[in-house]
Amino acid sequence: MAFAIPKENYAGKVREIVIGKGDKAVKIGGYDSMPLCTFEGTWPNKPVVAMEVYDVAPELNAQGWPPATFEAFKDVINDPGAWAKKCLEYGADLICVQLAGTDPNAQNKSAEEAIEVVKKVKEAVGDIPLIIWGSNNLEKDQEVLPAIMEAFPNENWLFGPAEEGNYKKITASAIGYGHLVAGKSSIDVNLAKQLNILIENLGLSLDKVVMDPTTASLGYGIEYTYSVMERISLAALAQNDDKMQNPFINDLAKEAWKTREAMLTVEEEPTYGEQNTRGILMESITAIDLIAAGSSILIMRNPTAVKVIKELINELYS
Amino acid sequence: MGLTGIQIFKLLPKKNCKECGQPTCLAFAMQLAQGKTELSKCPYVSDEAKAKLAEASEPPIRGVVIGTGDEQYKIGEELVLYRHDKTFFNPPLIGVLFKDTEDDATIDARLKNFNEVSFERVGYILKAHLAVVKNESGDAGKFTALLQKIKDNTKKPIMAMSDDVAALEQAAGILKGTKGVLYAATEENYEKLVDIAKANELSLVLKAPIEKVAELTPKIVEKGFKDIILDTEARDAKTMFQHNTFVRRLALKKKDKAYGFPTCNLIYEMTDDEIKEATIAALAIAKYGGIIVISDCKPEVILPLAIQRLNIYTDPQRPMVVEQGIYPINEPDENSPVIVTTNFALTYFIVAAAIEASRVPTWLVIMDVEGMSVLTAWSAGKFVADAIAPFIKKVGIADKIKHRKIIIPGYVAQISGELQEELGEDWEVVIGTREAADIPAFLKEYVAKNQ
Ligand code: SF4
Repeated sequence: MAFAIPKENYAGKVREIVIGKGDKAVKIGGYDSMPLCTFEGTWPNKPVVAMEVYDVAPELNAQGWPPATFEAFKDVINDPGAWAKKCLEYGADLICVQLAGTDPNAQNKSAEEAIEVVKKVKEAVGDIPLIIWGSNNLEKDQEVLPAIMEAFPNENWLFGPAEEGNYKKITASAIGYGHLVAGKSSIDVNLAKQLNILIENLGLSLDKVVMDPTTASLGYGIEYTYSVMERISLAALAQNDDKMQNPFINDLAKEAWKTREAMLTVEEEPTYGEQNTRGILMESITAIDLIAAGSSILIMRNPTAVKVIKELINELYS
Repeated sequence: MGLTGIQIFKLLPKKNCKECGQPTCLAFAMQLAQGKTELSKCPYVSDEAKAKLAEASEPPIRGVVIGTGDEQYKIGEELVLYRHDKTFFNPPLIGVLFKDTEDDATIDARLKNFNEVSFERVGYILKAHLAVVKNESGDAGKFTALLQKIKDNTKKPIMAMSDDVAALEQAAGILKGTKGVLYAATEENYEKLVDIAKANELSLVLKAPIEKVAELTPKIVEKGFKDIILDTEARDAKTMFQHNTFVRRLALKKKDKAYGFPTCNLIYEMTDDEIKEATIAALAIAKYGGIIVISDCKPEVILPLAIQRLNIYTDPQRPMVVEQGIYPINEPDENSPVIVTTNFALTYFIVAAAIEASRVPTWLVIMDVEGMSVLTAWSAGKFVADAIAPFIKKVGIADKIKHRKIIIPGYVAQISGELQEELGEDWEVVIGTREAADIPAFLKEYVAKNQ
């Protein structure tokens, strides 16, 4: 008897989303099977890797910046444009401008300063699409993100995170200035769906929306993110729920690199072994979990982790 | 499991005598079908019915037990494709490769790591589980010498790996009594290897193309041997994911007994890159691997991989908890601040990591609220003033400090007044931060102010 692949039937399909414009535009989504199951569905677009550029130069050994991440960028860390170019050299599909410095509890950088950073990045990378990520401060993000949208109209960039507490302003500006929105909900299938509906009701087509289900790191809740993404994917594909048929974005590098497993030096914790490999694996394993759970955009930091993950994406989706 | 309540009912004696504790045979059958009672509770079932029920109630994926004593593990017996559907039950074994072509120094260093690398996390021990000894040299003498050496120097189970049946036969003799694993039976040699495995009480990997498995496992089972593990010869990440998925789906969704066995993934054959190897191993852990073999046993690789294993196999229904008690961080003394929070493992990890990052010596006091986060526990009435106050007095923090100040999470600022009252005059309740990320700044300022 010939071997028959045990295939699943899916009723639904995830929306194809275009970020940026022209030749360099990046497409994600458009798939109609569970993640990695290319034997029973069509995956016109592979997951992509966005590498981070920060608005404020981090210091060596500050949270998230042990040698493994700092050294890779130390020559460009004060120059967002050069930093972005470096990311492209490392194989980034797009650039994610992280506006952590705008947080009132951090450097409280102004919207104008953020616009300057974005301008430098844009000048450096040309038409490579950008993801602009706020500081997770609800108030400040709804001030800064719309200001950047207005300063760079109709670039069709992706802006996030838009949460229940600030999605209105961010969405309205995205509609007005021709951009996309990443809606962030807190690890819950129904909340994710509800936010999509709220955003759509404001008038933004769901063809312009990606979902951030709240991303946790390996060791610090990855299993919650993993399972909520699997459940949302099943709702989208098996149950054909068209309010959940949007691709995922995962802001994972911040989470993976702030863990004690990534930050502790060999002197501080001799039993943990060599620090660089340990940290890189915290990032790459978090990333492979998210790919297995259906991520379309992975926001990453360390070049070695990016290289391995890009290789694996190419193999798994070949 | 296999049978419905009605099907089971047909096999019962239908006496309705209630001796099983159920009002009727039908009720008993229904309970049995849901796995809520055991067949042995009915004294009157016929042997024939017993045999039929036993076969039907076998789990769809065979559980294979490997190792002995404290180092005994079970793989297989999984019931779902997605962990959120129930949970994954038996986490895969992390196997570490030892080749008989490697020099003594390399072997000794790896063996030392294999035995000693171990981490504690929320009450679980993270480590590698299985020594995989490979006859790379083709020389049976070298192979069995290495096998003997490793057997003499570890309590953990061993998988012996060779293409040479005679070498495997000798290996089986060495491993007898350890409940180890033989690798591998093939279409050509399985009859001989099944006999060897059976005689020495070892489990056996069947190495065969995925389409051949359906043909071979029934023949092996017919020989009275069931402790089979499948290597479907996947040697890259994509094929591995697909084969593991096919095997799991065939066993669970198609109820195909021929595929109802745990899998073995040789990750070290898939790449020479250390990071890539561990990343593929992590994928194998998430997607249905049973034995996962990597090329080395470095702590910096075992730690993240074992965390992956712990996370993916955490029961989604049950939150991870840490033990109630006092956790000293950064070597606190009698003047150090005291922070109180709940025993939800994530809360603990994040708060402990933030305190550690601050480098401020601090007492972290963890209260058992059944693994709820701060806000959930507060709204459930478990992290409230009249529960926290007696806990603080009982836990013994007062013996460790000269001051009487405790810092509570910013999210429960509203309980500070009441808690103050419950604790009494000599205590002072301080409202801490809402987010753990703000703890370092808070602690530094707090210590400066309180000096
Ligand atoms: S003990 Fe057996 S025969 Fe008696 S009621 Fe229960 S199932 Fe029926």
